[in-house]
Amino acid sequence: MSQIVYVRRPFVRRIISLVGVTSLALAPAMHAQGGTASITDPRVGLHPGLTDAGVAAKNMELVSHRPKPDIFDGLGGPRGLTFANSDLAFRGNYVFQGNFSGFSIWDVANPGRPVLRKALLCATGQGDPSIYGNLLFISSEGTGDRLDCGTQGVQDRVSKDRMIGVRIFDISDMDHPRQVADVQTCRGSHTHTLVPDPTDKGIVYVYVSGSAQPRSPDEMPGCVNYPIDSLNSALFRIEVIRVPLAHPEQARIVNGARIFDALTAAKSHGNPPGDTLGRGGRGGRGNAFIGAFVEPLAPTATAVDSARFKATTDSLRAAGVPIVFRATLAAGRGGGRGNGGPSQCHDITVYPAIGLAGGACGGYGLLLDIHDPVNPKRIDFVGDSNFAFWHSATFSNDGSKLLFTDEWGGGTAARCRVIDPLNWGADAIFSLKDGKLTQGAYFKMPAAQTEQENCVAHNGSLIPVPGRDIMVQGWYQGGIDVFDFTDPTHPREIAYFDRGPIPNHPERADSSATGIVTGGYWCGYWYNGHIYASEIARGFDIFDLTPSEWLSQNEIDAAKLVHWNQFNPQSQPRIVWPAAFPVARSYLDQLVRGDGLAAARTSEIAKELNSAEKTTGAARASALTRLAVQLDGDAKNAADGARVWALAAAVRDLAKAAR
Amino acid sequence: MVATVAVAVCATTFRPLMREAGAQSAPSSSAADVHFMQGMIAHHAQALVMAAMAPTHGASAKVLLLCKKIAISQHDEIVMMQNWLTERNQRAPDPKDPHFNEMPGMPGMQDMMPGMLSAEQLEQLDQAKDTAFDRLFLTFMIQHHQGALTMVADLFASPGAGQGADIFRYATDVDADQRAEIGRMQLMLNSSSGSQSR
Repeated sequence: MSQIVYVRRPFVRRIISLVGVTSLALAPAMHAQGGTASITDPRVGLHPGLTDAGVAAKNMELVSHRPKPDIFDGLGGPRGLTFANSDLAFRGNYVFQGNFSGFSIWDVANPGRPVLRKALLCATGQGDPSIYGNLLFISSEGTGDRLDCGTQGVQDRVSKDRMIGVRIFDISDMDHPRQVADVQTCRGSHTHTLVPDPTDKGIVYVYVSGSAQPRSPDEMPGCVNYPIDSLNSALFRIEVIRVPLAHPEQARIVNGARIFDALTAAKSHGNPPGDTLGRGGRGGRGNAFIGAFVEPLAPTATAVDSARFKATTDSLRAAGVPIVFRATLAAGRGGGRGNGGPSQCHDITVYPAIGLAGGACGGYGLLLDIHDPVNPKRIDFVGDSNFAFWHSATFSNDGSKLLFTDEWGGGTAARCRVIDPLNWGADAIFSLKDGKLTQGAYFKMPAAQTEQENCVAHNGSLIPVPGRDIMVQGWYQGGIDVFDFTDPTHPREIAYFDRGPIPNHPERADSSATGIVTGGYWCGYWYNGHIYASEIARGFDIFDLTPSEWLSQNEIDAAKLVHWNQFNPQSQPRIVWPAAFPVARSYLDQLVRGDGLAAARTSEIAKELNSAEKTTGAARASALTRLAVQLDGDAKNAADGARVWALAAAVRDLAKAAR
Repeated sequence: MVATVAVAVCATTFRPLMREAGAQSAPSSSAADVHFMQGMIAHHAQALVMAAMAPTHGASAKVLLLCKKIAISQHDEIVMMQNWLTERNQRAPDPKDPHFNEMPGMPGMQDMMPGMLSAEQLEQLDQAKDTAFDRLFLTFMIQHHQGALTMVADLFASPGAGQGADIFRYATDVDADQRAEIGRMQLMLNSSSGSQSR
């Protein structure tokens, strides 16, 4: 019986012949869900090319482009992921760009002319970067990653040369980055996220999400896989590293936060259209999550733990939720390795200002309370049968929404073709209220891409337009997309930039014939007035937004007023706008666009703002105060009263600043 | 659309090596890497066979949708693995080749890949219809996916294996994706039994 027999038996031979048409046979089921990508979009049919690809852009323009530094193979053609560019971090006029073989530092004092300040070779997995003052943190996870940064790999299963975890460089001398610490972890670091200590300015924590197979305890004592219900297991936890900024060499792991424990309660997330898992159950009530994976306590648990555990499991049983012990699940085929539960997060985005984090964790999206950053606690979780792999998270600035991405296919596959539904490999927008997540709509880059373009939802950040939730996001070879998710049930695309596919063999005429060269935008982030984007194969791009029907010049100007000294996109800062006319005019533009206030009033308010701007000091202050009082009155009868209030507040800020 | 997918599967097999390895030294592929990729092609090919049964065996809408996702995902991954192998001058098995199972180096009598359905199981699945098919499909596909997790664990347990950036990324993706999909299939099984829905 132990052979592959399916081509030798007649009934299977028949099935084999179906393999090629699986997509056709299943297509009707797919079309009922989610919709399909546009084939008439200007992004469709772009000419392939590594350096000369066709381009389609709308409402944004490329300001500058730089190829990869030579030590990362320059534009040496397809080389798989070995020299792939990855994520970005920002400080002052510098952008830190990760690479699977090291990192680059770009001086962007003049965004039209970025200058490569330093490129350092260090084989390091995907090299997820973060910056904090002069400390540059780089994720390392490849089994061949070395303490000495060498590219020769590590052949031995147990080796003192292996470095998987978080590398810390001191970059105070940017020409000579210095390795000051290497914090080893059991599963390496696929991504990491910085969390500043809420009170002690001298401490920063690092949440580590590792995806490597846990390594041998002979290499790193204490690393064990099994039993997975052991509190020491490297599975089912995230590591928390504490870094004293003045003494980074003392950085060490202070907790293995077990945020997946008892991930079991029955859970409905509102059954969005197309979510087959969310349907069914008696009375049409959804059960997106039913009895999944509860772990038994470790033998070392205290009596208090036992009592708490028993109370929890009893209440779940009383509620009809089946409880499956990990040991039971793991005992199936696959030698005890077959547990289907989430064993790690892929990425965690923290929003320290509101004490919350969004964990994108394989098959789940988690909401974490991080008021005590050493001990993150799970407060809610969601699932979605349309999601293959929960990849990353972004909060709205007011914390009322949380957007998760689904990296279906892992980023190296073409997942934006006509056959790929618009709710697979997409963003899912959740409303967040009182610590509970409720699912809204999906957003996916809507233009059909080719078989040659790896494409799926990937990393992005907010664009700080007052009064709206706008995000820029990288979609690999699907390009850069800018969209509005202010209404979580009706996201809208605002701008995009897309290149044609990277040909597999640029030197050959039939170059677009086969295969995917992994490339495109790892991320697009807004930082201090521009969009910065890391192109995996082509290099580093900077964009500006241009005004359009759905984004006014005032709104762009207001976004440009927000400045940070440093920015790590997965450590989300709260956006605060200064007192400025473009901020007030942004709200006014939005009232006009959305018919939020009578047209007669909005044109009057525009005139008042213009004349106030021409005055100074006390005259300006009194004109603006008068206007603010009028706006208070307007708000009571306006279709969008909340926005009129926000405008009144912005006008009062301006009045205060004028005094 | 269909033709594109079908062509994509066969067009890339045995593509000659078009370029030399990069000038930079990089970890080269080990025998375990090649074994993993070749074995995973066979493993995925069987998943496609299983998924292809759904439309003709009365599968429910949600199982059809799951099969659609598995078919798209694993088709593409087979192409990716074939490319990976041909770029390293290794033989890339083609599931559409009628002699697929008889090629030297393919998992045969002695070592079927972990989790793969036996002949009896495959026949059992082919006999099942409607609700019974759904349940059997989910049960067998969970078994099948768990085998993939075992293959990943075995890969990384081999000295010097999984060192290249691409195979590391792919193998860890297989682990993460199939782990998540097992969870979803487990939920589907639980809900379909009816007794665990509230």
